[in-house]
Amino acid sequence: MLEAYLSMFIKAVFIENIAINFFLGMCTFLAISKRIQPAIGLGIAVIVVLGLAVPINNLIFNNFLKEDALFPGSDLHFVGLICYIGIIAALVQILEMFLDRYIPALYNALGVFLPLITVNCAILGGVLFSIERNLVFTESIVYGLGAGTGWALAIVALAGITERLKYADIPEGLQGLGITFITVGLMCFGFLSFGGISL
Amino acid sequence: MSKAREVLLNPIFNDNPIALQILGICSALAVTGNLYITLIMCVALTTVVTLSNLFVSLIRNHIPTNIRIIVQISIIATLVMLVDEVLQAFDYESSKTLSVFVGLIVTNCIVMGRAEAFAMKNGPLMSAIDGFGNGLGYSVILIIIAVIREFVGAGTFYGIEIMPLTTNGGWYMANNFFLTPASSFFIIGFTIWALRQWKTDQIEEPEFRISKNSLEAEERTV
Repeated sequence: MLEAYLSMFIKAVFIENIAINFFLGMCTFLAISKRIQPAIGLGIAVIVVLGLAVPINNLIFNNFLKEDALFPGSDLHFVGLICYIGIIAALVQILEMFLDRYIPALYNALGVFLPLITVNCAILGGVLFSIERNLVFTESIVYGLGAGTGWALAIVALAGITERLKYADIPEGLQGLGITFITVGLMCFGFLSFGGISL
Repeated sequence: MSKAREVLLNPIFNDNPIALQILGICSALAVTGNLYITLIMCVALTTVVTLSNLFVSLIRNHIPTNIRIIVQISIIATLVMLVDEVLQAFDYESSKTLSVFVGLIVTNCIVMGRAEAFAMKNGPLMSAIDGFGNGLGYSVILIIIAVIREFVGAGTFYGIEIMPLTTNGGWYMANNFFLTPASSFFIIGFTIWALRQWKTDQIEEPEFRISKNSLEAEERTV
């Protein structure tokens, strides 16, 4: 049982990395990857929010929206999107208030990134994937944490490379966004090599 | 009229949402493996961004500032749900291939970004035009990537065989690299490079300039 969860976690972190293999959360990924410190902060925020949002939305889907879940013959899956995004927004808001009140150190470290996460497609993407794959509740916890860890790992790695690159003599037109894309492309090779692993 | 023209055409090359504003990149990379799927995605996004700009702009004077994000997201999510249902009804196969990416238009930053940056400040007609223009700018980049990926990766153009593959008795050995996600990063990177060589005002300033090396400097003084 434990092994199954572990293999699912590894798969979500490396083999199906949500940033590198599914390109989710790319906008923030490219914008916040110039320094390591903010990248770590954002990475942690994504782990926390994904770890909460995926299981909660999974519960909502299985208990309310799924066919025959509410009462026989009910089918509310078409309002799914608006529910998920509403729950993510509310969750981020509550988390922000909670951290502000009880863990101010973490709140200050996350700073402006927490509200930004509402519109990060990695979160909604993770939720949609867990529902599309029909994960059960415990699996969705593992998947949420794994996907978040994968995303955090990728953004910290990219920030590390970009920090070194600032001293490089890059052709003018490639400066900034262009070279970042090519760097991510090269990182993608690295992650592709995990593809052969079967657990 | 010239204002409308400018608003419509500017996002295509001068202020491209993907290449310059860094918006909506996720889907640009994921759905560009074949041209037909890409076109569906472009139509879906252009529809959503045009209509969301129109509706946000129509009610912009009635939205209280501190809940505007929620109002915008509800409008966008409703539109995306409609697009998703229409797609499932008329082209179920493609909707399976696109899987979660149609739903992810909700969090596509182009839609939110344009609603926030343009539609909240301008009239309905102009906003709709701006949305349409940004949809086109997004589509142009996506179509470029999709054409390259499909042509090199499978030897076809819009499903029509151009270069017969060795597996079908032809001469072209398909380059599988272009079917992997990594290729789209490189293609976008090089597309941005090409675009910035053409429109040089889009070049970003580097954080550090490499100084001339000391030998060259000495030569100059001599």
